[in-house]
Amino acid sequence: MSLVRESLANDDLRFGVISPWNEGDVTCLAASERRSSAQNKPVAIGASDWEETHLIPGAFDYHRPASVAAATALLAEHGDDARVIAGGHSLIPMMKLRMADVPHLVDLRDLTDLRGISVADDVIRIGAMVTQHEIISDERLAATAPILREAALQIADPQVRYAGTVGGNVANGDPGNDMPGLMQCVDAGFELAGPDGIRVVAARDFYESAYVTARADGEILTAVLIPVPPEGAGWAYEKQKRKIGDYATAAAAVTIAVEGGRCTSASIAMTNLSDVPVWAETAAGALAGGPLDADSRTAAVAATLDVIDPAADNRGPVEFKKHVAGIILRRAIDRAAARAGLGEKT
Amino acid sequence: MSKMHVKLTVNGREVEGLAEPRTLLIHFLREDLRITGPHIGCETSHCGACTIDMDGKSVKSCTVFVAQADGADITTVEGLTNPDGSLGVIQEMFKEHHGLQCGFCTPGMITRAHRLLQENSAPTEAEVRFGMAGNLCRCTGYQNIVKAILASADMLNAAKEAAE
Repeated sequence: MSLVRESLANDDLRFGVISPWNEGDVTCLAASERRSSAQNKPVAIGASDWEETHLIPGAFDYHRPASVAAATALLAEHGDDARVIAGGHSLIPMMKLRMADVPHLVDLRDLTDLRGISVADDVIRIGAMVTQHEIISDERLAATAPILREAALQIADPQVRYAGTVGGNVANGDPGNDMPGLMQCVDAGFELAGPDGIRVVAARDFYESAYVTARADGEILTAVLIPVPPEGAGWAYEKQKRKIGDYATAAAAVTIAVEGGRCTSASIAMTNLSDVPVWAETAAGALAGGPLDADSRTAAVAATLDVIDPAADNRGPVEFKKHVAGIILRRAIDRAAARAGLGEKT
Repeated sequence: MSKMHVKLTVNGREVEGLAEPRTLLIHFLREDLRITGPHIGCETSHCGACTIDMDGKSVKSCTVFVAQADGADITTVEGLTNPDGSLGVIQEMFKEHHGLQCGFCTPGMITRAHRLLQENSAPTEAEVRFGMAGNLCRCTGYQNIVKAILASADMLNAAKEAAE
């Protein structure tokens, strides 16, 4: 026993970098790592302090504001010490590992303005607190923009989908999340409420680097606005993952608009293949204007592979990820084209 | 850090307590309320052993702060028995079809299956597998769990028809 026990006690057993493991979740760490977690101080096995030996976060003040104005006022009052929580399935695991220290937790669950899905003639509005489960269950949304249901069904697992919100998924800036790439594909806008009022930032302009977005510290993302897709458009969200609940090894969102048997416009975005979602504008251009023949599809895939920048991690080396990205994207293009009535599903 | 007053409905009974907001709901249920049906497996929202029903949703109670659950209506596996204390239909079917071996995942499995059947009273086998994907079992290989849930659906639907 002694060798293992000694190294545990010395806190020598490092399991390397803390890497994202599961969608809406953080990681699996050795018990020794959990116990010492963020303080980086060794904790002896058998330590009696309940706080140190349980997987719980540091203390915080809990706020449950009743209005968006009250929530932004809390953010203004507490600055960097405050974080908003929606479904919490990204933030709570980070807090449990003490990788996130949140002295003031601002829970958005009572903000009814942030709930609900509405479909108007030209725009779909999804409140930030709408869950993945609600996206999947909304028949009108599925009839109007079915790519949302197809993507949401591939996120995490049932329990996490009841909790995880569209607002949290897009606002967190996690490159592994599926909604950011999807929202870039469908050209969504993100509505942000702050002390100076409301503004809308395009999803395609929102992501700066991993976890860094255009949202200012005092702002709350309140809704996602999606243009209603044209009648007859094709769509697909294709994701390769190692197991249920995993982040994508590669995922692709594709929409294709058609008129008179030709592709009039297309949009392609990729997930988890860079530190931000990748909207591949040039690649989509290879599809637009043509009949979506095999050559144009191959060209679109090649152009997309030029603009992704995957990093090697426990899902595989760079070469493997590019290989998977190419296959996943081709499948997505083929399925979107078939749904648009252009060409055989290959 | 100061404690907050928490009020919940658990298995139809109103309960109150003082707890730090950061207390995980699973710890509050098990250690304060002594409701030990929901288990702590991974404690990292992977395994589903701590699954409870909260306001009509299946939730992993290791990933909810008790503060977030203030005012919530919660059902655990204890609340799925019949009023006379005998096993409820899903519990009985898990027993009947050998849907457990060591039993550690079973409370989470049954609680999740309850919500799944509330939402889809006649699921296909594929729908059961997809709907149960947030719960891990290391013993059974899932086959008998799926069987037990499909049998539960049949039993519940037959009982509903008989009542009409």
